[in-house]
Amino acid sequence: MAVVFIPTLLRDLTGGRDAVEVQGANARQVIEELERACPGIRARLLDGERLRPNIRIAVDGRIAPLGLVERVSPASEVHFVVGIAGGLGPP
Amino acid sequence: MTHRKTLVRATVNQESVEFLCEPRQSLLECLRDILGLTGAKEGCNDGNCGACTVILDGRPVNACLVLGVEAEGCEIETIEGIARAGALHPVQRAYLESAALQCGFCTPGLIVATKALLDQEPNPSEERIRMWLANNLCRCTGYDKVIRAVQRAAEEMREVRA
Amino acid sequence: MSESTYAVVGTRPPRHDATDKVTGRAHYGADFQLTGMLHGFILRSPHAHAAIRRIDVSKAEAFPGVKAVVTSADLPESPEQMVDIGEGAMPLSYIRGNMLARSKVLYKGHAVAAVAAVSPHVAEEAASLIEVDYDVLPCALTVEDAMRDGAPVILPDLRTKEFGEQTGRPGNVAEHFRHVLGDAENGFTEADLVVEREFRTATVHQGYIEPHATTVLWNEDGHVLVWCSSQGAFTVRKATAAVLDLPVLRVSVTPLEIGGGFGGKIRIYLEPVAALLSKKSGRPVKIVMSRQDVFEGTGPTPGSHMRIKMGARKDGRITAAQAYLAYEAGAYPGAMVAPGAMCVFAAYDIPNVVIDGYDVVVNKPSTAAYRAPGATQAAFATESVVDEIAENLGLDPVEFRLMNAAKEGTRRADGPKFRRIGCVEVLEAMRNHPHYRAPLEGPNRGRGVAVGFWFNVGLASSCTISVNSDGTVNLLDGSVDLSGTRTSVSMQAAETLGLRAEDVRPSVGDTDSIGFTEVTGGSRTTYATGWAAVEAARDVIGQMKERAALLWETDAASVEFDRGVFRAGGRSITFQELAAQLDETGGPVVGRGAVNPSGAGGSFSGAIADVEVDPETGKVSVLRFTAVQDAGRAIHPSYVEGQMQGGSVQGIGWALNEEYFMSAEGAMLNSSWLDYRMPTSLDLPMIDTVIVEVPDPEHPFGVRGVGEANIVPPPAAVSNAVYRATGVRLYRLPMNPVAVMEALWQKESEPGGGSLHSDAAA
Ligand code: FES
Ligand code: FES
Repeated sequence: MAVVFIPTLLRDLTGGRDAVEVQGANARQVIEELERACPGIRARLLDGERLRPNIRIAVDGRIAPLGLVERVSPASEVHFVVGIAGGLGPP
Repeated sequence: MTHRKTLVRATVNQESVEFLCEPRQSLLECLRDILGLTGAKEGCNDGNCGACTVILDGRPVNACLVLGVEAEGCEIETIEGIARAGALHPVQRAYLESAALQCGFCTPGLIVATKALLDQEPNPSEERIRMWLANNLCRCTGYDKVIRAVQRAAEEMREVRA
Repeated sequence: MSESTYAVVGTRPPRHDATDKVTGRAHYGADFQLTGMLHGFILRSPHAHAAIRRIDVSKAEAFPGVKAVVTSADLPESPEQMVDIGEGAMPLSYIRGNMLARSKVLYKGHAVAAVAAVSPHVAEEAASLIEVDYDVLPCALTVEDAMRDGAPVILPDLRTKEFGEQTGRPGNVAEHFRHVLGDAENGFTEADLVVEREFRTATVHQGYIEPHATTVLWNEDGHVLVWCSSQGAFTVRKATAAVLDLPVLRVSVTPLEIGGGFGGKIRIYLEPVAALLSKKSGRPVKIVMSRQDVFEGTGPTPGSHMRIKMGARKDGRITAAQAYLAYEAGAYPGAMVAPGAMCVFAAYDIPNVVIDGYDVVVNKPSTAAYRAPGATQAAFATESVVDEIAENLGLDPVEFRLMNAAKEGTRRADGPKFRRIGCVEVLEAMRNHPHYRAPLEGPNRGRGVAVGFWFNVGLASSCTISVNSDGTVNLLDGSVDLSGTRTSVSMQAAETLGLRAEDVRPSVGDTDSIGFTEVTGGSRTTYATGWAAVEAARDVIGQMKERAALLWETDAASVEFDRGVFRAGGRSITFQELAAQLDETGGPVVGRGAVNPSGAGGSFSGAIADVEVDPETGKVSVLRFTAVQDAGRAIHPSYVEGQMQGGSVQGIGWALNEEYFMSAEGAMLNSSWLDYRMPTSLDLPMIDTVIVEVPDPEHPFGVRGVGEANIVPPPAAVSNAVYRATGVRLYRLPMNPVAVMEALWQKESEPGGGSLHSDAAA
């Protein structure tokens, strides 16, 4: 199962856990699984069917260029990273 | 409101020119907007960056601080007049070969200022070069390669003279 | 390809565009002309914070020579949306609001109205006739002012966001985030030494020499044509179309040469305004900013207020670190505090970390990126504390950093683990450099070191390569060339094709002629656009193999290509010979490359600075400076050195002199280069460089972008050097003569002349 690292400010939704193991073949499935385990988290990450502006997904330490359809393997680490408003941001 | 214009006669890059300018127009504006010589750049319009450097009667000046009407009867050399007969001037070549430019916006002013220096001092010290070019801001290069380009040009020009 | 086989990569050919730039022929933003062109002038707010009660433009409109006047009332209304402006998004209402103020002005210099007239002078004169009634409001100029209870509220609708959640808290804090790794509290109890310090840095400007300039024609067919100097034509197109509520197809942007950007020419300021003036007047309109406009109306980079706490054991191991970073966003959210937080401890492997970041709105111009945005402030703070700990533990500052250096596998506090990085290699190069070992004698002299990190972003780039019949190629890419990237991109294509650099003729396309390409920024152009060029070149080779196969009546898969020669079954043909036969074998060959690489590694940078402090005047002179940086693979070493030297000197300026000096009413008092002191040739020594090469494992040539990390360490290195020279540590930038003298006087006045660094808790 992929390990999803929970951003500090979302840990109120995971009972304080900083990582959650979930199944999912891509980032969207991972988020849906995460929602099942920790209700409310989806809305903090997605705006409707899309990632919120300024939030990016990183799979195995690299920003996922395919966003929600980026493939995730069972050995993957998934992070949610705050982008920045108005300029060039890092991965 | 447009103001009454004055006829100015001058020599620019060894050619006689005549142009009409308003009393409030700087030489930089006249060169760029009236004569179409856009090689001299405007970085500040208040004499603090040297991007507009031209040679006026043998002296480097900030063209933004000279009025167009003051150029009457003067001899002006701009970046467009530095290369001759299709060949780059040694100063231009040295900047090019030393990678002494990045964005290149300060470069016309620096090259004109450098030529003015080397025309009168064939072998300036590093300290002297730094002093002379202190009026020409460059934000990209940190000046290192610029100073080396000036040294290289000086050397080449000395060899040619010898 | 192994290193030894490179024929082009690593050499130093002259730039393709150099001749135009040394003869004055290159056309920059303000050099562009169209027939019938008008000149625009923007009227700006004299107040830092005020409600606009009324704008009367009638006198300006009636002024002879005036062809159009616009205010925010001329901007279209459209529903709120996030607009992606060069990786990172901003609400459309903020972008519009910054273009022309609506009900309030939020900083001195905020655009209020604009005039187009037959000459710039007429436009300026007419603008002075526009009457604006203001209700002046109290202003907040620093993060501390703006975060105070009862601070003036700058954006009434703003609510603090915490990771996607609206907290409902009004005020000036746009965003708060936190990164936690391990257990910092516990980590500090394990430490033998804990040092906590508070830092402040001033607002500074990118200082590009070319002011923003644009020319726009709103054509009768409804198409908006833009010629401007910017870091990315596609970003200008997207933002301009959004502000004007047009489909992107209706806007075409042609990038002109750009006279420096450093992150400051990503945002747009002028294009929609010029477009509206053009629409009203029916003529093309050019607007060129004055230097004062640039200082007061475009994005400087954030001032900051920071606290850093670090703990270490006697054996030199850092056990915990905590950061509080609050950055000035300026008038609209978007301070570069998120990347600052990702970089603040990036050089170190620390098990227990807490980082809090605050994006705070203040009454200053909306801030913009500046070379490694957010990282320089943070590194000034961290690297000062690291230096203090090293000294207290009696360890060599480079050795101490090496003991704790981040490496492949180190987890950053913001989550991801580093892949292959060159932090250790950079530190080793510093330790082994003769500068670091050279004696530094004489009074009031000191040597300081620091390291810093900045990411590479990958992002989208497009490139096409067309093969000419003589075996040369034309290369078209979408990356505005700020510093020689036409050449560094062409060299990668040349290497792949087995050509010389001069066999490639590069040009930068407009938005109608080349595929989408992100801005030149984020240290990405040589990396990502270079990669696109390699892909385009590989595509060319693939197509040419098919042509060779056709001639030889064999299978394309059996054709091999190496260093400019195609071979199969004992036969061979050179790239040039085959290029001459394209017409007979099927027509032109055009290769295309379009990439969006995601795994860019990032670059570490280090600085060694020797300074001398004049105890009479407080002036700090930099005597010697060495910059070290990991370039992955230096495609054109001279340009890599140039980036390192330029970034170092910008860092030195940030350290010693540059700042927005503000009146209590929020007016910048030094908005000219006479008073905003950037380094001149006279202020500096030569800048020595050491290029470290730890190739990025994924890039075809191992490139790491080098445009930015070099600005990160210099302020801390200079500050650490000032400390060693004087025994006094400064916690605020800039360290100008006044600041240095005050610190020296304070040291003298303390009992026993105790120095400022003696309160480290053991
Ligand atoms: S434009 Fe003349 S000195 Fe700056
Ligand atoms: S090369 Fe850009 S300012 Fe000098």
